[in-house]
Amino acid sequence: MSKKIEIGTDANFQDVVIKSEVPVLVDFWAPWCGPCRMVGPVLEEVAMEYAGRAKVVKVNVDENTRVAGSMGIRSIPTVALFKNGSVEETLVGARPKQDFTAVLDKVLAGKLSN
Amino acid sequence: MSDTPYAKDVIVIGGGPAGYTAAIYAVRAGRTGLLIEGLQPGGQLTTTTDVENYPGFADPVTGPELMAAMREQVQRVGAELLTDQVESVDLSERPFRLKVGKGELLARTLVIATGAEARYLGLESEQRFRGRGVSACATCDGFFYRDRKVAVIGGGDTAAEEALYLTNHASEVFLVHRRGELRASRVMADRVLASDKIVMKWNRVLDEVLGDDAGVTGVRLRDPGSGETEELELDGVFVAIGHRPNTAFLGGQLETDEAGYLVTAPDSTRTSVEGVFAAGDVQDPVFRQAVTAAGTGAMAGIEASRFLEANG
Repeated sequence: MSKKIEIGTDANFQDVVIKSEVPVLVDFWAPWCGPCRMVGPVLEEVAMEYAGRAKVVKVNVDENTRVAGSMGIRSIPTVALFKNGSVEETLVGARPKQDFTAVLDKVLAGKLSN
Repeated sequence: MSDTPYAKDVIVIGGGPAGYTAAIYAVRAGRTGLLIEGLQPGGQLTTTTDVENYPGFADPVTGPELMAAMREQVQRVGAELLTDQVESVDLSERPFRLKVGKGELLARTLVIATGAEARYLGLESEQRFRGRGVSACATCDGFFYRDRKVAVIGGGDTAAEEALYLTNHASEVFLVHRRGELRASRVMADRVLASDKIVMKWNRVLDEVLGDDAGVTGVRLRDPGSGETEELELDGVFVAIGHRPNTAFLGGQLETDEAGYLVTAPDSTRTSVEGVFAAGDVQDPVFRQAVTAAGTGAMAGIEASRFLEANG
């Protein structure tokens, strides 16, 4: 896996996602979920392209039930976009790359900020 | 990818059993072949569990394992694999022109094997709670319903399989079917009826998904005959009412039937445009099996190759 993608856990979610200074795409996934396997490489490309401006964090819901539970995740893959610690957009299901870049571009342009 | 692409002999769109088999046959006939896998390499089988009806496996093989083996075989025979989405195609002249995320491709023949995707009922409440209790993939999301109650909507093999899979996690599974008997194969139906965790809700349709800010809290079912309704408290709704063929990217350039399935010539995979072939679920409203998809894939690979022979 590319080092461009960080691993999020129950323990580090506060630091890695909530307190992040740049917008974060959080990929909730599990190894046994077929469609999740497709989202991984797509988000790796996104992470490369947005390096420095935004980041991508993967959370394995099988091992990190607390974060997934508190987020109300009930379907995977789910990709949530966090800005300043709160969820701005939630994308459910495997999607093409442009869906992810579109929400990032919007939030980076300030159109989604509070 | 270069800006001036050269035309491949055969481009297969779709990474399921039909597409993989078409690519294997085309390449083994000496053609240059490229297979575009799209968003879900392996197709619908990647979200299933055991496949017990694909011949050649005395012990059940899992869907993902079967598809990984087919994909490996495609690579071994020398077909090129591209993971990308086809946005549009121009079938007005040969070579055909394909617009993909990474650029443009040219194809002397095309095999459409884009399959089908889960159909939803179309209720507003169903869309509102998608990802928050409404799902079409039990193997993806069953995990979130440990010791909870769920409903499965449908009565075919997919619904039966989803209901049986969910008994591994959920405390109770309501199977909601609009008829008085299951359409699923006998083996699957018998297993469903024998399960003490599955409660049949015969002659009922999903009227509304109920919920709050946190997600689904229940469903309202309706008896289409009497109009009577009942509410069930539960946490998850799995929709398994069938599939919709993936043909939107074709922009109506190929003939389809009323349900949107591509029309092929009798005993053939030829579509309404010369040099374009269709295989698998995208053209099959009847059988929709992994093995029939692979079978029509083989036909498409052979027919594409013969078309190239006849048309230089």
